[in-house]
Amino acid sequence: MEQHEQDQHPTHAERGTQAAAGQDRADMLCERVRQALAERTPLHIVGGSSKTFYGRTIEGEAISTRDHRGIRHYDPVELVVSVRAGTPLAELEAALDAEGQMLGCEPPHFGEGATVGGMLATGLSGPRRPWAGSVRDFVLGSRVITGEGKELRFGGEVMKNVAGYDLSRLMAGAQGTLGLATEVSFKVLPKPGAQASLRLDMSLDDALARFAEWGRQPLPITAAAWHDGALYLRLEGGPSSVAATRERLGGDAPEDSFWTDLREHRLAFFDTEDTRSLWRLSLPNHTPRLELDGETFYDWAGAQRWLRSEASAEAIREAAARVGGHATCYRACNQADIEPFTPLSPVLAKYHRQLKHQLDPQGIFNPGRLYAEL
Amino acid sequence: MNILYDPQLDGELPFNDKQQVLATLSQSLPDMTLLHREEDLRPFECDGLAAYRVLPMLVAMPHTLDQVETLLKTCHSLGVPIVTRGAGTGLSGGALPLEQGVLLVMSRFKQILHIDPDARIARVQPGVRNLAISEAAAPYGLYYAPDPSSQIACSIGGNVAENAGGVHCLKYGLTVHNVLKVDVITIEGERMTLGAESLDAPGFDLLALFTGSEGMLGVITEITVKLLPKPETAKVLMASFDDVEKAGKAVGDIIAAGIIPGGLEMMDKLAIKAAEDFVQAGYPVEAEAILLCELDGVEADVDDDCATVRRVLEAAGATDIAQARDDAERAKFWAGRKNAFPAVGRMSPDYYCMDGTIPRRELPRVLKGIAALSEESGLRVANVFHAGDGNMHPLILFDANQPGELELAEDVGGKILELCVEAGGSITGEHGVGREKINQMCAQFQPDELTAFHAVKAAFDRHRLLNPGKNIPTLQRCAEFGAMHVHNGELPHPELPRF
Ligand SMILES: Cc1cc2nc3c(=O)[nH]c(=O)nc-3n(C[C@H](O)[C@H](O)[C@H](O)COP(=O)(O)OP(=O)(O)OC[C@H]3O[C@@H](n4cnc5c(N)ncnc54)[C@H](O)[C@@H]3O)c2cc1C
Repeated sequence: MEQHEQDQHPTHAERGTQAAAGQDRADMLCERVRQALAERTPLHIVGGSSKTFYGRTIEGEAISTRDHRGIRHYDPVELVVSVRAGTPLAELEAALDAEGQMLGCEPPHFGEGATVGGMLATGLSGPRRPWAGSVRDFVLGSRVITGEGKELRFGGEVMKNVAGYDLSRLMAGAQGTLGLATEVSFKVLPKPGAQASLRLDMSLDDALARFAEWGRQPLPITAAAWHDGALYLRLEGGPSSVAATRERLGGDAPEDSFWTDLREHRLAFFDTEDTRSLWRLSLPNHTPRLELDGETFYDWAGAQRWLRSEASAEAIREAAARVGGHATCYRACNQADIEPFTPLSPVLAKYHRQLKHQLDPQGIFNPGRLYAEL
Repeated sequence: MNILYDPQLDGELPFNDKQQVLATLSQSLPDMTLLHREEDLRPFECDGLAAYRVLPMLVAMPHTLDQVETLLKTCHSLGVPIVTRGAGTGLSGGALPLEQGVLLVMSRFKQILHIDPDARIARVQPGVRNLAISEAAAPYGLYYAPDPSSQIACSIGGNVAENAGGVHCLKYGLTVHNVLKVDVITIEGERMTLGAESLDAPGFDLLALFTGSEGMLGVITEITVKLLPKPETAKVLMASFDDVEKAGKAVGDIIAAGIIPGGLEMMDKLAIKAAEDFVQAGYPVEAEAILLCELDGVEADVDDDCATVRRVLEAAGATDIAQARDDAERAKFWAGRKNAFPAVGRMSPDYYCMDGTIPRRELPRVLKGIAALSEESGLRVANVFHAGDGNMHPLILFDANQPGELELAEDVGGKILELCVEAGGSITGEHGVGREKINQMCAQFQPDELTAFHAVKAAFDRHRLLNPGKNIPTLQRCAEFGAMHVHNGELPHPELPRF
């Protein structure tokens, strides 16, 4: 029996030539960075180019992570996977799926080429985020090429590690401005035993009240959205609790692909023909309806709202800030001068600059991708 | 380990005359408690790592944020180092004072400022005790998940500074996963907010960077934490094993079965005996190891999971499996584990608690290594283990009154941590580096990585006035200490002076 358990869950570890080839490619990336440092050439880090739209447009010589790919180490029993930055996200997810596991943060792909590096750099998470955690929550360790052109290792492949500053989590969402991540180790989760989704006709105010009420109860919810008179819920957990909750809440079933389509922005609401800007509002739980022009799609039980609007950036940012949140101009930020990300307070901006300067003194990694001054 | 700050190994510190600093601070902060007499300073000479003691120059006990701000600004302009202290339960000497520094005690900031049950958050001051948050949230059916064994005493500010864990981390995460926002005052006296009440904030994830940064980057003045709904039910299984390795293997089997228990803890024979003698938890004293597995959630799922775990444990060779019949018995099972440190403390005049982490698969090998070190040194070692997430707490028993025994215990401890690093783990899972493990950092990190850490420090505290001598060793220290990795026979940074 013991042996059997082992066999069912083999450790995937690269050996010999594969591992050596991986190291060669990491060395090549270091070499490219050192060359850029010597020539003071800014670099534009490129993975699968699926999320190029997200962030500021930048100039720089392209440096691609795509050849630096492959799962270096995966041990399902340890719940840890270490994967190179250029690995297609789809390839990683397929490998986890084969062992009945998954990335808990449910990252969006936004295109076939999406890589693990881009997932880390953008730090974007999907519908499961409020219940399971964000990209940074699952990061355990990383290898990063920083401003000296050397590959450094931070964190590790263990669940708990408080030695040194947490530079691995810092990389999540930094948009490649603090260095080039070559490898990431993630904590992974077993896939839930059962899943069911439901759709209920409901007004927005009732839905927001329900989200708060359910949030205070131990229910097996792992996604909650509202749009256009309908509330959508995903239940995941043990078969017994999922069936019982499904039964109790009633409603009908949405399309099977609803949550994936929401994650990938494939629902009609996200139609790319729409010329209005698409804003992402990140707000505290239980924030009431905001009075803003345009149309809103509520995800994360109301904590992440997608807004299609022609309102000014100032008006939208002001409304989000007033309730303790912030707003990102996500797509179609047609007014040319909209900064995608909410400007920082002067003190925060100062420490962002100092941190960038310390880790990338020559300013060669994705300069200007997050903010003009970084 | 040299406890005292050593300018040659830890970097030069500015010299300040105590009377002058006292006079300046008393003048700019007339309403703040400022201790300076030896008998008043004495209670602050150590944190939970009592073997390390240093008398601070002064102890400041502010009760307003304006005072904290003024204190920091003044010390910054004078060039006086600051060591921040929460409740002083840390186990790595993180709040160990400096002879040349002011100890900033945050324990007077004790208010729970706001609980919002609908948003499921609590906004609290840094001196609030960990358990007090869950107590205040309990009327709403909510709680704060990270539960260090020290939770009745330790402060939430200290928890953030150490990224504290607890027995429920595997499922519910560490402090870093449960904090939304912190307010910070920098060494220059500026106030800033990291994170937000929303689930993310613009810019770099400085909240993650500050979590676990051991008071090196700023002083935490307010914290907003997530609250979770209490699970509908929780059940505990206790499995006995006649062999530690079998118990270790069973841990992996449970996770391989697709179950993430709320808590999964292991204790070895010596720890079992100590706990049983101390709190009569009902532990099987004849067993070589026990596993405590808590399953929580919705009643129906928990029952299914209990059945699965029971099958897994039987297959893994458990000699006995007991399920707590009710909440009282569940609390009793946990009491043994949560009191394991003091229990071991009763068996020996002193004990030294280690905190290494390893990939779980390495457990048998590391346990063998620890047993060998114990035998070789003649010091007994009890093992308590957050098994689910690979965090070991070997407790080394010794008698500080026997000449050389403290050094011997430290030596065994250092070797255990090096075993953990060799096994692909870390020298600390939750207690932090502090002063205690400053030398072992040289074994875990390469000089270039340490240089990157110093760069981060410099971004927030250029003059190294916050908690100097802790957390990140200088390259000089690593060169001297000798554990520095040498690549291809080349010493890194040959330009550095070597003392
Ligand atoms: C019996 C016992 C059991 C324990 N069990 C656990 C456990 O299960 N899990 C665990 O993780 N830990 C455990 N600990 C260790 C300890 O309780 C934790 O590290 C705790 O987080 C320390 O909190 P504190 O308030 O006592 O901090 P202190 O010891 O006062 O300080 C710890 C560090 O935090 C810094 N700091 C404190 N407050 C602030 C602030 N406001 N701003 C900036 N920096 C600050 C200090 O400078 C220092 O570096 C245990 C300790 C004991 C004695």
